[in-house]
Amino acid sequence: MEIDPFIFRLSIFILSIFIGYYVVWSVTPSLHTPLMSVTNAISSVIIVGAIIAALAGSSSNVFDISSIFGFLAIVLAAINIFGGFLVTQRMLQMYKKKKEKNK
Amino acid sequence: MITPNLSAIFYLISGILFILALRGLSSPDTSRQGNYFGIAGMIIAIVVTFLSIGSFSTSLAYVVIFLIIGGAIGAFIAFKIPMTAMPELVAGFHSLVGLAAVFVAIAAFLNPESFNLGVIGGIKLASLIEMSIGAAVGAITFSGSIIAFLKLRGIMSGSPIIFTGQHFLNLTLGIGIFILIFYLCKTQSANIFWTVIIISFLVGILLIIPIGGADMPVVISMLNSYSGWAAAGIGFTLENTALIITGALVGSSGAILSYIMCKAMNRSFVSVILGGFGADSSAEDKKEEKDQKPVKSGNAEDAAFLMKNASSVIIVPGYGMAVAQAQHALREMVDKLKKNDIKVTYAIHPVAGRMPGHMNVLLAEANVPYDEVFELEDINNDFANSDVAFVIGANDVTNPVAKTDPKSPIFGMPVLDVEKCKSVLFVKRSLSPGYAGIDNELFYKENTLMLFADAKKMTEDIVKNLD
Repeated sequence: MEIDPFIFRLSIFILSIFIGYYVVWSVTPSLHTPLMSVTNAISSVIIVGAIIAALAGSSSNVFDISSIFGFLAIVLAAINIFGGFLVTQRMLQMYKKKKEKNK
Repeated sequence: MITPNLSAIFYLISGILFILALRGLSSPDTSRQGNYFGIAGMIIAIVVTFLSIGSFSTSLAYVVIFLIIGGAIGAFIAFKIPMTAMPELVAGFHSLVGLAAVFVAIAAFLNPESFNLGVIGGIKLASLIEMSIGAAVGAITFSGSIIAFLKLRGIMSGSPIIFTGQHFLNLTLGIGIFILIFYLCKTQSANIFWTVIIISFLVGILLIIPIGGADMPVVISMLNSYSGWAAAGIGFTLENTALIITGALVGSSGAILSYIMCKAMNRSFVSVILGGFGADSSAEDKKEEKDQKPVKSGNAEDAAFLMKNASSVIIVPGYGMAVAQAQHALREMVDKLKKNDIKVTYAIHPVAGRMPGHMNVLLAEANVPYDEVFELEDINNDFANSDVAFVIGANDVTNPVAKTDPKSPIFGMPVLDVEKCKSVLFVKRSLSPGYAGIDNELFYKENTLMLFADAKKMTEDIVKNLD
């Protein structure tokens, strides 16, 4: 009997939780705020689902009821992606500046 | 354009880049590189999605337009937001992830063919379960984060909202969601799907309103975790590895942060969720007692004198410093002290501020070198060997009651051993208790000098007196 592909995805999921567990414990506490903003940014990779949904509309009818939800999700996820990565960058930049000044 | 197998491999690569992005945060030196890994992973995921669909229709132009609109809004917010407002910003961003997850789930439910999930009314069972879980968790994340945002922003009062039967109601609604998902699988009825989403929105609100302002660091971390699980749920629906990996990473990251925050407050996760902290009436009966105890208070001149004659000073910042925007003045004061060859370090309690690591970011913004900033366990032994502790805007995290009085609501919470310093300078506007609603014994210690003033003004005055 063949193994359901779902099991493979479940394996990836569970192993990723373990990776997350060890990686996050190694994050230095002083960077916990950037950690939150960057996890926020990467969880917006949900935009791939939004793009698929948005492109599902036919060429004659770009905005059908399901693609509208896709487009809305694209806007929300894009705010997060740009906002999340940029604000993280801004924060991390501050950690750099003073080090240089100090030395 | 590209085969599903190839795109799956690219999604895996972007997932790995996301892992490296988090890995980079283990030290400030590698953190910026980590952020670039994250950005690269995101670009790969988006480009591969475009390529795998392959039909460059008019829809694509709109996708790009909406992407740019969202991106511009996001970039604008990222550049404008003051660092003191980071907790609200993160809560707001969580709500967007949650809502995006709900929208993607709705789109998949309405048009399952384009996601290869079957046909309307005949969606694959596994997919249906996955998308409804994703939608439910997403909806909880959304409405919960909105409430957290309103509380942090001060639009809604930080005090817990409690009514009888609250936990019973939440439990019933939670079980109700599962029963509805079960029926959804049997009937494929759209109405049940909408009901699941609406109830989930409600649960999100009910879950966060009883949690008090002092527990906000836990709430933000918890919602961070939820947004991850929502993303993972959608990842299963879309059979997308990048999304599954990311969801798991974010989910466990948020869970660990909640755990760290709970431990730093010596509170169990369950008791935080059940809420009601900070509404204690215990502050009431202690008030009379307080009036009798003598308090030594001083002015900026006394403080400057004390610090000038010290050889080591430890600064204990708290949320009050952020509110007063005193971090820059503080840094100026420290610069002056350092010129006089006084050793200055910063001690940060894990729950100082309104979110994990909040104080560190504020100090970083004020150009404080991060190697002068220490976490509780690394610096706590140093208080006994230091001359002056300068407490600015912190309160409960310095309260020795947590070590001595088993009846106190914060008993057992790890606190900074500020009282062991030869002298303590405590900047505070009044003697009012902190978030936990309890009196701080530190105020009445013999070696404590209270500086009653706004944190920023006091610090500026001390700077003047240091010349």
